[in-house]
Amino acid sequence: MRWLLLKDLRILRRSPLLVGLLVLYPVVIATLIGFALSRGPDKPQVAFVSLVPESAQEIELGGERIDVTQQAGPLFRAIDPVRVKTREEAIAKVRAGDVLGAVVVPEDTTRKLQAGLEPAEIEVFYNAEDPVKASYVRDTIKAQVSDANTALTKRYAKVALTFLDLIATGGEYNFFGRDFEVLGLQRSEQILAEARRGLPAGSPAREQVDSVIEFARLARENLDLSDDVLASVGTPIRVKQTQLDGGSTPLSSFAVAIAVSVSLMFITLLLAAGALALEREENAYPRLVRGLVSRTALLVEKAGLAAVCSLVVVLLMLGGLGLFVDLDWGRSPLWVAAAGAGALAFAAMGLAVGTLTREVRAASLLCVMASLPLTFLALVPSGSVAPALYDVVQVVSAVFPFKPTLEAMDSALNDSGGILVPLLHLAALFVAFGAASRLGLIRFAQR
Amino acid sequence: MADPVTAEPEAPIAAVLQADGLTKRYGDREALRDVSLSAGRGELVAVIGPNGAGKTTLLSILAGIQPPDSGSVSRAPEEIGWVPQQAAVYGKLTVRENIELFARLERVDDPAATVDRMLDLTGLRDRADDQVGELSGGNRQRVNIAVGLLGGQPVLLLDEPSAALDPRQRQRVWEFILSLAEAGTTVVYSTHNIQEAERHAQRVLVLADGELLFSGSPRELERAVERERGPVERGDFEEAFVAFLRQRGH
Repeated sequence: MRWLLLKDLRILRRSPLLVGLLVLYPVVIATLIGFALSRGPDKPQVAFVSLVPESAQEIELGGERIDVTQQAGPLFRAIDPVRVKTREEAIAKVRAGDVLGAVVVPEDTTRKLQAGLEPAEIEVFYNAEDPVKASYVRDTIKAQVSDANTALTKRYAKVALTFLDLIATGGEYNFFGRDFEVLGLQRSEQILAEARRGLPAGSPAREQVDSVIEFARLARENLDLSDDVLASVGTPIRVKQTQLDGGSTPLSSFAVAIAVSVSLMFITLLLAAGALALEREENAYPRLVRGLVSRTALLVEKAGLAAVCSLVVVLLMLGGLGLFVDLDWGRSPLWVAAAGAGALAFAAMGLAVGTLTREVRAASLLCVMASLPLTFLALVPSGSVAPALYDVVQVVSAVFPFKPTLEAMDSALNDSGGILVPLLHLAALFVAFGAASRLGLIRFAQR
Repeated sequence: MADPVTAEPEAPIAAVLQADGLTKRYGDREALRDVSLSAGRGELVAVIGPNGAGKTTLLSILAGIQPPDSGSVSRAPEEIGWVPQQAAVYGKLTVRENIELFARLERVDDPAATVDRMLDLTGLRDRADDQVGELSGGNRQRVNIAVGLLGGQPVLLLDEPSAALDPRQRQRVWEFILSLAEAGTTVVYSTHNIQEAERHAQRVLVLADGELLFSGSPRELERAVERERGPVERGDFEEAFVAFLRQRGH
């Protein structure tokens, strides 16, 4: 078997174009997939116009002056704003495809915000030319408007609380430049109590004053509780995030796991399937199995060749990626275990493909055609498709080595969960595909 | 089934290779039907017949490439050298590397010496470091034959050894094969080239539709035809062969 392995390595060494493609193609594909997954869309260009007159850009809430144009700051950080002068110009830019969306702040916005009687309304226009970016624009604007709403609601609540405090405890209040003294429930209660003491015992008026004092006390005490109520109104829905399954893998590290798994898959599948099919194409297979090498040993040699070569490539790849992404080098033994198990499972699958196709070109084509759908299937997130379809996706993904390899690599790289289960899964797939390829050899030499 | 015309005893006393009652089916089709043969030391046996006669099936069963449905072969595959019709060598390896690889897989005692011997035997010493993929068909076939000889087995099976070779290459290959037979190797070969069978074989086996129709020397085949339809033009073995097949309904 050693001589066969050396022979295969020698053939690979003499096929630099093939080896180059074999390494570069999956690395490029893997990098692109990883890059696409780890990077959101570019900042979309959005036209923006505020029709609020400069003199009316501020509103006063609770004695505090707020410049509403400042509220757009977070939105401007999320998009690439293109400032225009009119609503029509904004719409025209959307229609022309110059921008993906437009945000129009109407003239009466600050007036409505100041009055607080009806909601202010901003206009948003979309260009759905690029569905992904359009969705991003919609979500971004929606999120920013929601944030602005929350901030303003808090300010309204703060103003309301000031008024309620004034009613409860009394104090000074400025309105259009004039100061007013507000008595407040607390002081009213005190004044009434003093007045009650001046009334003769058994006086009917004393009973009436008692009921007014009791009302003032109850009102004051309940208005004290309004702080909490209004705070809740200011933040009607609080988001509490709880993670139930999976680890907390940063997107960039997960992209590394994907890139490594994809490379491992392509290189191993193509090498194993191609090396086995080549024995038949060179007509050497019948000669070999006439007693020179057992069929099982031949499969082991091809699996070993493919697994070792791909393992070396992905470990080098990890070393390179480690320069750009923060990887925990202390976990490198686990990287080797995960990549090794994945490589063996892919190698066994590649051998099965090789026995099925029996030609290098057909084997390569089938490997490429099978690999990409399997990759995308394994990346389908739960909830993105109907539950029954997702179950089917899960079953199909479980039958092929990509998903368990990705889980094992993610676990090895990012400590995102137990590595034992995916390793056992890969071992089972190695045995299953190995048995399938051994069976496939029965008819391998036939034309 | 008619008994094959047998011009000499089926099993010579010093049979180096013997096969009895070989039958092979592919689905409903019977590729080989109860074929028996034997070959002595240094004997050259040609297997001839029309397309689909079962020549390659017979040789591949004798070589142990595929098992028969019934029947037996006296020697294990390891004891028989085999040269397939299409060169079973690696195009990306050099002549020397191919021979050395198979010598090591054959576990010969001294691979380096064996490689040297084979390079001399095949006359390919000056092309030893050329990749086989760059060689002509004839030279590739010589490497193919050299690899088939590495085990030093007493029997060599060749499946159409000169197919697709030009006359000069064919002559070179045959000189090589004849030298092996002279040295005592039993050679069984299949061929479409009837002149090759007549010229080199001491015995021909005529197969048609999986059935062995004749076993004897080329002259004996001609005589068998003459007995039934009159004289065959002298030296036209091909005419005798075609007439023989026609007489037996093929």
